Amino acid sequence: MNRVGRIREAAARGLRHLAAVVEARPGSRPEQRPQPSAGDIVPYTDGPLLVRGDVPLHSVDGRAIDPGRVTYALCRCGKSGTKPFCDGTHKAAGFQAPSGRQDPRHQNRPER
Amino acid sequence: MRLPTARGPLSGALLTTLGSAPGTHRRGWPAVDSAEPLTDEDLQLALFVCYELHYRGWDDVAEDWEWDPVVLTLRARLEAPFEAALRAEAGTQPPVTPTGLADRLTALVGTSRGPSLAGYMQRHATLGEFREFVAHRSVYHLREADPHSWAIPRLDGRPKAALIEIQADEYGGGRLERMHSELFRTTMDQLALDSTYGAHVDAAPAVTLAHSNVMSLLGLHRRLRGAALGHLAAFEMTSSMANRRYGNGLRRLGGGPVATRFYDEHVEADAVHEQIAVHDLCVAFAEREPHLGGDVLFGAACAQIAGSVTATHLLDHWKAGRTSLLHALPPCPDDLLGAAA
Repeated sequence: MNRVGRIREAAARGLRHLAAVVEARPGSRPEQRPQPSAGDIVPYTDGPLLVRGDVPLHSVDGRAIDPGRVTYALCRCGKSGTKPFCDGTHKAAGFQAPSGRQDPRHQNRPER
Repeated sequence: MRLPTARGPLSGALLTTLGSAPGTHRRGWPAVDSAEPLTDEDLQLALFVCYELHYRGWDDVAEDWEWDPVVLTLRARLEAPFEAALRAEAGTQPPVTPTGLADRLTALVGTSRGPSLAGYMQRHATLGEFREFVAHRSVYHLREADPHSWAIPRLDGRPKAALIEIQADEYGGGRLERMHSELFRTTMDQLALDSTYGAHVDAAPAVTLAHSNVMSLLGLHRRLRGAALGHLAAFEMTSSMANRRYGNGLRRLGGGPVATRFYDEHVEADAVHEQIAVHDLCVAFAEREPHLGGDVLFGAACAQIAGSVTATHLLDHWKAGRTSLLHALPPCPDDLLGAAA
């Protein structure tokens, strides 16, 4: 990286730090608003949605739902007995869905 | 853990040897000649005693025996027919590609190899039978996840991260009260069973020891790392549904939420682990080491085989009105779980 690049990088670092300090100040955000998240949600083939990282899970009225584990699985087939979590029932139900976006032109045969 | 009682010449010679100081004893071992290694009481106990040296060890046995060539020689002689029997029972698998592995695993664990123990526990088991079932399972569950942890340093990259993700959850994310082995201990306490580590090993028949020995065999050999991962995947793929049934069975018998928590926890935990184990662990592993894809399937078959021989043993003994343990459990209090026992 050249000298200009390094200066630019340092300035960006400084700005990020400043933003974090402002964010952390009490009263800087409404209480109910979910914290900014750094996680991801992955649909697994014929299975649930796995949630990793800092993704808040709460009900419509804002009450937290404790998954009891770091990585958790959300029901995608609608048949779970422990919604919103997956309990493995999708297998017995013969649930099928691709990991990627489903193509509406192939509704009857999901792409893998 | 207290050393168990010998069940034949091999375990007898081993227990005698372990009572002496390492390096001083150089006797030959009796010949290993077993027609049915999976159900051979003497072979499985001797193997279990060898393996335990790598886990928590035995009371009054010198810790140096763990890596003593005399014991390792015997262990290798016991492992050879055991692994051969597992491979024969698993049968030869057609070659598998990483992209085909997930479907092949699903097909393999979907093929029933024996009677449904979970279905029986849910609907029919008596409280006495449920307590026996828990005593059998305690041989593994009181050290739940440990055998598969041997595979961690043998992996790299994405499969390693996946195995860590599963194992960390097995160990309660580092919180003692959520550690699966601790949840099992609570279930045992609720059922008035001795929950000391290894308490039921002496009463555990060969099939129950084999269930644990399979995992140690796959976990302790780097060459079998693919099979260790396949074994874990099969465990996780079959666990959610089975544990729901075990939990329902215990509820039917009067068990409260504290008693059933171990099973209830596994319904959701293993629904997560299953996805990670198949896709992020096994498939990613096979992409890195495609020549071991077949071993992943072998490991999954091992889990199915061990589960099936155990289920058959338990159900056959209960059907005949006999205890499935080598020594019957002490009778339980009449008011246990509030059931009319």
